[in-house]
Amino acid sequence: MSAHGLTDDFLQRAQHALGQDFLRQAVRKTTDRLRDGRAQAVREAGDFEAWRDALSAARRRAIARLDAVLRVFVERASAHGVQVHFAADAAEACAIVVELARAKGARLAAKGKSMLSEEIELNQALEAACVEALETDLGEWIIQLAGERPSHIILPVVHKPRAEIRELFEQHGGVTLSDETKVLAGYARDRLRAEFLRADLGITGCNMAIAETGAVALFSNEGNGRMVSTLPKTHIALMGMERIVETRADFVDLMRLLPRSATGQRITTYVNVLHGPKRTHELDGPEELHVVVVDAGRSQQLADRDYRDALACIRCGACLNACPVYSTVGGHAYGTVYPGPIGAVIEPLYARDDERRAELANASTLCGACHEACPVRIPLHDMLVSLRQANARQGRGDRSELALQRVAARAMAVPFVYAGGGAVARWFGRFVAGDGAWPRFVLQHTPVLQTMARQRVLPQPPLRAFRDQWADLVREDMRGSDGR
Amino acid sequence: MSTGSDTDVPRRRVALMVTCLVDQLAPEVGVATVRLLRRRGVQVEFPQLQTCCGQAAWNSGLAEEARALAERTIEIFEPYEAVVAPSGSCMGMLHHGYQQIFRDDEAWLRRARDLARKSFELSQYLVHEFGLSFAAVAGVDEHATQVATYHPSCHATRILGVADEPLQLLRAVRGLQLVPLPRAEDCCGFGGTFCAKLPELSSAIVETKVAHIAATGAQCVVSTDVGCLANIRSACAHRGLPVEVLHLAEVLDRHEVAKS
Repeated sequence: MSAHGLTDDFLQRAQHALGQDFLRQAVRKTTDRLRDGRAQAVREAGDFEAWRDALSAARRRAIARLDAVLRVFVERASAHGVQVHFAADAAEACAIVVELARAKGARLAAKGKSMLSEEIELNQALEAACVEALETDLGEWIIQLAGERPSHIILPVVHKPRAEIRELFEQHGGVTLSDETKVLAGYARDRLRAEFLRADLGITGCNMAIAETGAVALFSNEGNGRMVSTLPKTHIALMGMERIVETRADFVDLMRLLPRSATGQRITTYVNVLHGPKRTHELDGPEELHVVVVDAGRSQQLADRDYRDALACIRCGACLNACPVYSTVGGHAYGTVYPGPIGAVIEPLYARDDERRAELANASTLCGACHEACPVRIPLHDMLVSLRQANARQGRGDRSELALQRVAARAMAVPFVYAGGGAVARWFGRFVAGDGAWPRFVLQHTPVLQTMARQRVLPQPPLRAFRDQWADLVREDMRGSDGR
Repeated sequence: MSTGSDTDVPRRRVALMVTCLVDQLAPEVGVATVRLLRRRGVQVEFPQLQTCCGQAAWNSGLAEEARALAERTIEIFEPYEAVVAPSGSCMGMLHHGYQQIFRDDEAWLRRARDLARKSFELSQYLVHEFGLSFAAVAGVDEHATQVATYHPSCHATRILGVADEPLQLLRAVRGLQLVPLPRAEDCCGFGGTFCAKLPELSSAIVETKVAHIAATGAQCVVSTDVGCLANIRSACAHRGLPVEVLHLAEVLDRHEVAKS
């Protein structure tokens, strides 16, 4: 493969992942478990396809008139005392949060899990403003201690062996622990509980906003989301501009499908639907609730018919688990915040000049498993093809490879060139698949073939193509025999 | 039972879309397809101008080139009553991909849809036109039962929506014991140009597939697409797994021949 290929960055990271036995086994085991969980939930649900129809329609309805839906949300949420902010990009979103932190004199922000926070790199912005950002989702905390990025949308730490987690905790607390889940989770619980009480700010994501009620909803399996959104005096929810449904009924559709698609659970341990800050006479809840609605490339996506549908995504991670590429190399190979098929689609859209993200369109076999698993039926495989077209149009990637494919495609349009080219290609195929010094020499100087030959037995193309045998088949028919 | 050779039964005429992969890499699959169809009384035509449906170009992002190939494919096949291809992938392109290619060109879109309406993947055509009677009477030598497993091609099932027909046919073959393939729905890692662009990754994915095939203990693995088959075959051979890797057309043809 050429050193200039778009796929080179991805390839290198994928090769690195392929060499790590633990990672491969862990990712495979986890994605299989999640897929099986989802499949079980689908079987039990009975009318799962009807639910998918309903949620797909609800999400697309909201996306189709997003500006109006957001206006209703702002109006209703404001009526409950929620303060809604709009951020055009990551920098603006971070600035809003940092400014709020400054205004409160905050020193510690306790965070619930939020992929959007990863996307806008909020932790770095807070640290730069001398505000400690502490992840309180167990997986995210481990990632933070390790200085890494999540490798899965809902299971950020899927790639990490237990022993490494123990070591991280031991270093963190100067203690001695065992590899048992109970011990590790217990340590995290002890350490984090104190921090919830100390935190000035609670920062969470937003799984979905409901325009009708002006509410923000959080799904989680750890109690941390509830702690973070109720204990600190100020709660800030980060919300992707597209993460909204119109009605409570639409939200019920989401409640059915998000946990089932993500983990196979009928419902997550916690579902918080937050309507605003603490009211008079209420004992729990923050004094202020801010919602920061972040665009960061989404309105551009909204204007693009090729990719608009991907705004319907509910971030369940089902496409990651279904993807043969993701489940073989894991999330870090993608080199992005959002991995897997959904990442390969939205990451290039959020950074249109980034060639390295554009390459991810090639990190797919186009098997369509992502589309099949997607609760809102986003045609991710078609979008990956559209992205490949954009890459080809812009001359991104390996130019010579593309030129070669272009020549081949044009040759295909001329039957005798196709037939002649096919004959030559078959001869070459038989030649390199054969024994001897020359075939070995050619193999050694054709990197792609060399790589393939290391892991497979190269196919031996036939002497005669089907079209060369047609005349025989016509004679066979006239004889009334079928070659028995 | 009618074998279609009775003079009072009008002969069905179909155009064989052999696909470039079968033409160049697995002509025996084309031959088996022709024989299966003829045995059912179908008059098979082979439009000589056909080359490639344009899928490889389309999936590589070469929209213009793909469109040129799609247009000529439509022109070549639209005069026929019906079109049959021994491939779920190329049929998927014709049914689904062409809708994308011509989405802004109503005239061509209509032609593409008209063609799609009368175009079938082989197992689809066999089951819908002839049911399972042929396969049901077929059987290998009395003493041998062959254990087979089936790998559903992603494009046949997910793009074209052909899932049951190949299994129905295989189950109806006497002397063939069909065992389930674990995680059968998983991609084999072929992915067209994917296996050349990211060969290590493709190999890692097919390794998992081959492990699942080995776990079934089957003597033979069957699919509807020669892309998957070539990929699986090369990986089985590398691992030294003594499994025959066959196209559905070959399995059916072989058993029908053995029967007679």
